[in-house]
Amino acid sequence: MYKIEVKNVSFVYGQSTPFETSALTDVSVGFEEGKITGLIGHTGSGKSTLVQMLNGLLRPTSGQILLDGKDIWEKPKEISKVRFRVGLVMQYPEYQLFDDTVRSDISFAPKNMKLSESEIDERVREAAAFVDIDEQILDKSPFELSGGQKRRVAIAGVLAMKPEVLVLDEPAAGLDPRGRRTILGGLCEYQRKSGTTVILVSHSMEDMALYCDNIVVMNDSKIFAEGTTSQVFSRASEIASVGLDIPSIAHIANKIKGNGIGLTGNLYTVDGVLDAVLREMKGGR
Amino acid sequence: MEKIIETKDISYSYTDSDGQISIVPALSNVSLSVESGEYVAVLGHNGSGKSTLAKLLNLILTPTSGTLYIDGKEIDHNDDDIDKLYDVRKTVGMVFQNPDNQLVATVVEEDVAFGPENLGIEPKEIQKRIDEALETVGMTEYANHATHSLSGGQKQRIAIAGVIAMKPKCIIFDESTAMLDPLGRKEVMRAMERLNREEGITIIHITHYMEEAARADRVIIVNDGEVYMDATPREVFSHVEELRAVGLEAPQATELLHRLRALGYDVPRDCIDADECAEIIVKLIKSEKEKNV
Repeated sequence: MYKIEVKNVSFVYGQSTPFETSALTDVSVGFEEGKITGLIGHTGSGKSTLVQMLNGLLRPTSGQILLDGKDIWEKPKEISKVRFRVGLVMQYPEYQLFDDTVRSDISFAPKNMKLSESEIDERVREAAAFVDIDEQILDKSPFELSGGQKRRVAIAGVLAMKPEVLVLDEPAAGLDPRGRRTILGGLCEYQRKSGTTVILVSHSMEDMALYCDNIVVMNDSKIFAEGTTSQVFSRASEIASVGLDIPSIAHIANKIKGNGIGLTGNLYTVDGVLDAVLREMKGGR
Repeated sequence: MEKIIETKDISYSYTDSDGQISIVPALSNVSLSVESGEYVAVLGHNGSGKSTLAKLLNLILTPTSGTLYIDGKEIDHNDDDIDKLYDVRKTVGMVFQNPDNQLVATVVEEDVAFGPENLGIEPKEIQKRIDEALETVGMTEYANHATHSLSGGQKQRIAIAGVIAMKPKCIIFDESTAMLDPLGRKEVMRAMERLNREEGITIIHITHYMEEAARADRVIIVNDGEVYMDATPREVFSHVEELRAVGLEAPQATELLHRLRALGYDVPRDCIDADECAEIIVKLIKSEKEKNV
């Protein structure tokens, strides 16, 4: 079942000016409830525009965004309610931290939701715990923290809204491998516990392979491919034709198969290929 | 081979807004040398000190203690001879992470001209350098384009052209591929490797992508302000556990073989290439199957 669905959406920047450019052309795609869907595409393919449609930051030039089957723009004056239900973590969110303390920064959204003091307090603690931010850090200034910590505080600020849909644009960009694992692994765990529908934008195919159930590929303002992670990564040459790549481990698996050896199963993560190789060595048993 | 860069026991500590020198140095007692024409990758987790090292090598920062030799010129902490510093920055160019932060002009050609203009080079020579630089990064046809209309990878290549137009002997890429999509990363890597092979420029590439580092001649790992490992990519990546301990990881090819070794299969520990890895596994599967027959 689709939690959020994009129906025949087009978007034009600078309409009826000389700078008119079409960023989305008749896009239709659905995001399954309770799943992590990866959104990939080269720079300028329309990903960020699509992502900003999902919580009503941009309004489609034509077409509909359906949340639980209802058009989010049905009552434009109530669009702010949608933004509490669909949380968006933008690229480099650490630049959006602004408050005196980590605690007040994380509680900004829950306060705007007019929750009670005790509820806000609980949500801040919960959100901070999920992104591995210690209680002691809560009373520090966010500007004293390291880059990775700031990033996690910014994500906690969105988690504290307890959104039904969580959209993250490149949450691990610029981080080292351990930092990537902390953030993405943490999100994955959060998703499993809360059942939130997650949409993840990333340029790292290795990360996509590890964490996503489904993948949507965008190219030239349109949907180029969609399906489960294994379906999408099995189309290596098509993916390469739109300036993207498959994980390097998937290349290795393809080369092995090219030698007449039949590997089966998940062939886009190290764990999956290892299992496939072990099975094949034991004669396919 | 002559040394283009040599550091002897250099340390660096940042000063906070109150003028207090930080107790924990960002870099401590680093001694290393880079030979002219080498292609070196630098790895390290966020906060390990690798960007501080890069900034010392082109004298954006001067060491708190220790001595630095750039292209034979000696620099130490109390060096304030501006002409000398300018000279060194001419020798070692730098390309940063964010493509949007390092373009200064609205037209590609003018952006590339910025560096050489500031060096006081003759206009005719500048035009020649612009043409050559754009040719090297494969951006000739964009000479008269507006810089804002380019993709991330194209912007980075213009930033690289701007650096090459100053004819440096060495270029440092400080996570210059971090913000790019896969195609943009490939474009920048290609430009980098071409500069190294065809122009003989020394390349120091700081990155979080292990697959990129695997392509260098040599990998230096910085951890807690010190050099933790310094060897060929094959040697460095074969230490899968040690890498993990310092917040890094091996390329997926190395990781897969490492896991097979852990299960008792006899496969090499220093394979970093996808093709080679596939060949090894094909051989392994065939021989294991024969055993079963």
